Amino acid sequence: MKSSNHVEYAITPPKGFLSVNWGELWRFRDLFLVLAWRDITVRYKQTVLGILWALLQPVVTMIVFTFIFNRVGRIESGDTTPYPIFLYVGLILWHYYSMTLTSASNSLVTYQAMLQKIYFPRFIMPASTAVTGLVDLAIASLILAGMMVYYRFSPPLLGLLVLPVLLLCTILAAVGFGCFLAAINVKYRDVRHALPFFIQILMYVTPVIYPVKMLDKYPVIKSLMLWLNPMSGVITNARAALLGQGHFDWTIMGISFLMSGVYFVVGLYYFRNTERYFADIV
Amino acid sequence: MSKPIIEIEGVGKRYRIRGQRERYLSLRDELAKSARRLSPFSRPRSPVPGRSEDFWALKDVSLTVNEGEVLGIIGRNGAGKSTLLKILSKITPPTEGRITMRGRVASLLEVGTGFHPELSGRENIYLNGAILGMTRAEVRRKFDEIAAFAEVEKFLETPVKRYSSGMYVRLAFAVAAHLEPEVLLVDEVLAVGDIAFQKKCISKMRDASHSGRTVLVVSHNMQVIASICRRALWLDSGKCVVGGDAADVVGQYERAGASSVTGGSGGRITRVPRPPAPAWIDWLETCDENGRFRSVFAHGETMQMVVGLCGRLPSAPYFEWVLYTEKGYVASSGGTFFAEKDFPLPTPSGSLRARIGPLPLAEGRYSLLLRLGEQPGCELTDVWEDAATLVITSCVPHAGGLPFDTKRGVIYIPAEYSDGETQGR
Repeated sequence: MKSSNHVEYAITPPKGFLSVNWGELWRFRDLFLVLAWRDITVRYKQTVLGILWALLQPVVTMIVFTFIFNRVGRIESGDTTPYPIFLYVGLILWHYYSMTLTSASNSLVTYQAMLQKIYFPRFIMPASTAVTGLVDLAIASLILAGMMVYYRFSPPLLGLLVLPVLLLCTILAAVGFGCFLAAINVKYRDVRHALPFFIQILMYVTPVIYPVKMLDKYPVIKSLMLWLNPMSGVITNARAALLGQGHFDWTIMGISFLMSGVYFVVGLYYFRNTERYFADIV
Repeated sequence: MSKPIIEIEGVGKRYRIRGQRERYLSLRDELAKSARRLSPFSRPRSPVPGRSEDFWALKDVSLTVNEGEVLGIIGRNGAGKSTLLKILSKITPPTEGRITMRGRVASLLEVGTGFHPELSGRENIYLNGAILGMTRAEVRRKFDEIAAFAEVEKFLETPVKRYSSGMYVRLAFAVAAHLEPEVLLVDEVLAVGDIAFQKKCISKMRDASHSGRTVLVVSHNMQVIASICRRALWLDSGKCVVGGDAADVVGQYERAGASSVTGGSGGRITRVPRPPAPAWIDWLETCDENGRFRSVFAHGETMQMVVGLCGRLPSAPYFEWVLYTEKGYVASSGGTFFAEKDFPLPTPSGSLRARIGPLPLAEGRYSLLLRLGEQPGCELTDVWEDAATLVITSCVPHAGGLPFDTKRGVIYIPAEYSDGETQGR
């Protein structure tokens, strides 16, 4: 038997404010990957259409929304950009964001047996959900690529370079907010019921189906939206980066990044300081 | 000798119990409550709204465990055994006290935690391994061994939802058995699987201790505790009652088993909801020969049963009791129609006392079913399923020997053995 008796630690009643134990998170990276892999595998098992689901959902939404909001409702992309592709860029990012937010919020409750029987840094559970959605996002992006060819868009190099930053911003916001909601969900089960409604409303206060320019007449609402909702800046800039719609706005990007960071840190620390009681109250 | 691998000093765990009404808190109620508190019109309230009560699941537990020791933890349900393991595995923090750990800990509080029914056996081995703290490389290295131990090699690509419960449990235990932590915490997992597999698990745990691993086992199976542990700890109501030599502690626990139940618990079991029958059995009391309430009896003791009968009893009623084993087989039964004396059942209502014993039953748990009817074989008036659980203990045919439990049979028949030559027919 190999003797690795160097590990020595104390278990004591937690006191005061806890900071995040990054070293421990790193040691549990395998679990993080395995949980993400599990969610991806399970998602496509026993489905007739399999991977096609990831395509069907955004495409059908795009078709229906284009008809309702663009043809009937007369909402335009704001310039010469064709509405379907304008919408689609917003939709797939929004879909990723809302999906990650939802599954992160429900992760602890869904797998509560694990919470009560095994120790691991709890943050791994909501965090791993961010990976699952990436697969859907990647698949849905194939359609986007096809549409860009069809509409003859060639993204500027800068756009492609900025994309990972936009994605990171989305992940931070979704995971941070998701952690916060997950921690509350453990204690108060009505979060679960309120969330779908909340996300639906949130979509309408994010420029998914309309350009942020449409709000120029309401400067207060517009800046509130850009400041409080990082996805506003992300989606607007994604359109600039990929479709060349307007110019890439570094200020807005900065704001989005800052706010995502704030959400992430607040969510993470709130989570960290409530996680010790999860097993008792879930 | 080096420092102990686990040092537990004065550990306690407090749970706050709220009123039983609300299972889950709702955010809506909390908001309403705080709004009321903020409102200037509300009357000042007591500092603890919602009547919460403190409950100490563990109190003042101190213990040291040395490297390579196999320690058994025993006690009744709710004694705090699982709470102790949860604290040691960091799932829940202690409210007070301090624990020093000097080794890598893996806990096995449930078999198959995190198993996903849709995933195949192979996938679940990797998943469960990671959940229990193995790296992917480690699982890959031991994969064949795990599959062989679980005896599921042929079904590795089948989703575990198609597994029989035996296969499922074997696979789950196999993964856990191949963990190589310095400290292994095990809760009650030996209660699963068939006897052959249980034996395999026990020998695996013995191996673990021989290779210098420290094991803490919680179990209700005294035979297991006595055979694999050198030391045992008896917890009751969150406190440590006795600690020491395993055989000793198990013996004390078993002897006290009956008396500790005699005290508070037990008493009259009233039937809820009341059955919609014209006549029914309304309540039940089980007690020993001296009339003290009890539901735990030693092998060979006599029990008394008093039942309350209500409603309009049929003209020629009979009363019957049936004891079922945990597996659902009839262990024995009896009724007024077997009694030597013709016993008139009270009409219209009243109570009936039955003296049953001495009980020749094997150690184990039995479920009691009560029936009230009109003539045996005719239509039943009332059936009360699972009216009470009886526990039979101390069926140890010869002092210090193996206990005779329900796995060996339902009744114990004394037998003597001697040289076949000396005494002819």
